[in-house]
Amino acid sequence: MSSLDPRVNRLDKKKISEGEVHTNTHLITWEVFHQEKRGKQPVHVGIVHASTPEMALVLAKEQYARRGKTTNLWVAKTTDVYTFATEDEDIFETTPEKTFREPAAYKVRDRIEKFQNQNKVEI
Amino acid sequence: MYGSTNLTEEEAKRMNTTVEDPEKLQQFEDRIARGEKIEPGDWMPTEYRKQLIRMIEQHAHSEIVGALPEGTWITRAPNFRRKLALIAKVQDEVGHGQLLYSAAETLGKTREQMLDDLLNGKSKYSNVFNYPAKTWADIAVIGFLVDGAAIVNQTINSKGSYGPYCRALERICYEESFHLKQGHDNVVYLATGTKHQRAILQDAINRWYRPLIHFFGPPDKMSAHSEKLMKWKVKLASNDDMRNQFLDMYVPKILELDITFPDPNLRKNSDGIWEFSDPDWDEFKRVINGDGPCNKERLEVRRYAEEAGRWVRQALMNPSEKYKVPLA
Ligand SMILES: [Fe+2]
Ligand SMILES: [Fe+2]
Repeated sequence: MSSLDPRVNRLDKKKISEGEVHTNTHLITWEVFHQEKRGKQPVHVGIVHASTPEMALVLAKEQYARRGKTTNLWVAKTTDVYTFATEDEDIFETTPEKTFREPAAYKVRDRIEKFQNQNKVEI
Repeated sequence: MYGSTNLTEEEAKRMNTTVEDPEKLQQFEDRIARGEKIEPGDWMPTEYRKQLIRMIEQHAHSEIVGALPEGTWITRAPNFRRKLALIAKVQDEVGHGQLLYSAAETLGKTREQMLDDLLNGKSKYSNVFNYPAKTWADIAVIGFLVDGAAIVNQTINSKGSYGPYCRALERICYEESFHLKQGHDNVVYLATGTKHQRAILQDAINRWYRPLIHFFGPPDKMSAHSEKLMKWKVKLASNDDMRNQFLDMYVPKILELDITFPDPNLRKNSDGIWEFSDPDWDEFKRVINGDGPCNKERLEVRRYAEEAGRWVRQALMNPSEKYKVPLA
């Protein structure tokens, strides 16, 4: 094999494997959180594979902070993150009985106007 | 086609005969029809999972192998600025591969299984990367036109139904716009340069024209279809539609530089459809099946990386840690 790529020509040909190679050597994954600026929330951006938190941070920097602004990165083992089951999404639905939590549920203008008309309030 | 959604007859048949829980299937399809995304923890039809893994995995392999033809010229870039840009682009492409492996991983196939399947030939990658980058002008043409074609494909796919794939593609498309711009810049510099620069650019266009026509896969009338993949928003546009969109956007940008395409029949019809000569779909099939100019070298380089890096991966392994499928 003669390649157009000089780097390929320098490879040690004895080190070219034949086939199945990985068998169970996958590292665990880390969930990555990216903070763009001071004062902003760190936001989940994806994962990296790594064996230690230090390695996860280095790879996260390469993958998620190549360009643009970054203030900090956080990593957490995927196994340490707990979530609800996706099919339980309905537990978050806001029911009509919960409107007392909404600012829009408090409307007083009509009552003020009625009061002013009845009592001939002039300002 | 970056990640192919072309089915064999057998696969198309299986898609239409696999029986799923009708109630769950209905909810799943309703969700997609409402424009909502599917997330990793959701119920999904077996064939949806299978086809997505195949497509995203092929897309990931294409990014990783795609770094090789371009990497050819890193050591010989014509100046420091071009060298920096090329290194950055190649690093981005490998990063895209990792983002895509992660997205496919959420569907239950590990990155290592995918890499194994790349090395043992079970899994494909885009044909276009099995052609050599003979001169620096090839780097310009790849950066502009191969990335241009990839962007057409990726922008369309980013409107798909699987959340993790869409999120990866949004990040990717953002970086691709830099690839495209620096590629165009490179093409324009050669086209407006010396006689020799124009000549190597024309030569590169002549050689990349056919692989570019092949990029989006065989014509619609030649490939097996699945209405389901369209309905499930795994496939969002036909091969011919994507190819037409690509020609529409990029042919004029080459012609305006007084550079030509090696096809006397390349022209746009009054109805907006591009016509071109038969690009020899047998060649496309031969290259996909391993018989292209660089297939052997591409896989050997990956196999070397695999073997040479094995001791590092083994040293890093911590057997007490338990792997879990990533969340999103
Ligand atoms: Fe890419
Ligand atoms: Fe790119």
